[in-house]
Amino acid sequence: MKPAAFQYHNPLTVEDAVATLAEVAPDQGRILAGGQSLVPTMAFRLATPEHLVDINGIEELGRLAIEDGVLSIGACVRHAAFHRPVLEGGFGAILTRMAGHIGHYPIRQRGTFCGSLAQADPSSEWCLAAVTLDASITAQSTRGGRTIAGADFIEGIMTTALDEDELLVETRFALPAADTRFGFVEFSRRAGDFALAMALASFRLSGGVMIEARLGIGGAEDRPRRIGEAEAELNGQPPGTPAFEAAAAAVAAELDPMEDAGTSAQYRRELAQCLARRALESAAS
Amino acid sequence: MTDKHDLTLTINGFDHAITVDARRTLADAIRDQCGQTGTHIGCEHGVCGSCTVLLDGVPVRSCLIFAVQCEGLAIRTVEGLAEGDELHPLQRSFIKHHALQCGFCTPGFLMLAVGILENEPNIADADLRELLSSNLCRCTGYANIVKAVRAAADELREGR
Repeated sequence: MKPAAFQYHNPLTVEDAVATLAEVAPDQGRILAGGQSLVPTMAFRLATPEHLVDINGIEELGRLAIEDGVLSIGACVRHAAFHRPVLEGGFGAILTRMAGHIGHYPIRQRGTFCGSLAQADPSSEWCLAAVTLDASITAQSTRGGRTIAGADFIEGIMTTALDEDELLVETRFALPAADTRFGFVEFSRRAGDFALAMALASFRLSGGVMIEARLGIGGAEDRPRRIGEAEAELNGQPPGTPAFEAAAAAVAAELDPMEDAGTSAQYRRELAQCLARRALESAAS
Repeated sequence: MTDKHDLTLTINGFDHAITVDARRTLADAIRDQCGQTGTHIGCEHGVCGSCTVLLDGVPVRSCLIFAVQCEGLAIRTVEGLAEGDELHPLQRSFIKHHALQCGFCTPGFLMLAVGILENEPNIADADLRELLSSNLCRCTGYANIVKAVRAAADELREGR
């Protein structure tokens, strides 16, 4: 089907964008970034925004920068920007691996990192990264700017902490220590499908044991989250099968998975348990 | 509600001055208003890849972009592949390797593959298969499509 009619706005500055958004948000106004989720939703008439504020013409939002120990990702940075590592080492490599699971190659040329966060699909790879690796998300409106922690940003299925007049302008990650190890594993039934579950793991080694362990699960519940009980099984333990299996078991015990026509909660729980172990093994290897 | 926009689309180097509603997708504008019907429309929601075109050198789903967003961008469609009567190496390779049957998905696959090969000329077999999974072919011609693109990739690389 064709999208319903809307009024098109293409501001060239963030200032103009948030001014326009403030004006049209109460009247079903939405931001248009990559459009790879919004436009299909409009084609199904599940979304019928009266106004679209296109931010693709705002040059500063295309900025991807690494400076002062921070990776900054502007609102119009495409998934494809991560096809090759944006920095050396494990962090850049894991972002590239995660990017490869997002939709398909043409989708990744257009869809944006920040747009994925604003969409807050439970199976979003970037939402899992933002939650697990402590992103800070900058929102701007005519009322000013504020920063939201990744873990507080996603409130549920396609629901975020953004107010209707706020534009997500940038996502920032403090660069992890250079010796941080990462692992990411995702399962979907076909290439490019939404994940049924995925796991992102990271830890450092100190004196032969794991420290600063993080284990995030996405796609299984209504939002991605770190599983603290699993991380507790890792910290202070040597990397290896006993600790990884204990952490994976904690994931299974803690999760309250979503169900759908083809996937039971028990299936997703066992899948997440398996993926958690594999992500940890991948981080260790 | 009407929200009309006058704009110029540049398709295969030719300018097309058109007037569109904001809701008009690039795919519809290319076909209905610029007369370039080589670009096919299948699902209209970004799944099938039939409408793939190159936008500033990279393959995109033209059903997921509005025409009003595309002024000043270089659009390439299947009509721009051949030079006169000389088919593009990829088109010749599709014929040689029987990479199409009904042909509906073919323009999308050609533009996807051209975009991949121009951006990743040394792509590995496994990566090529993964990227070609972007588009759907319902005659189940995938094996021959992979063969055709692989052969064209090798020919294009040797020609450089």
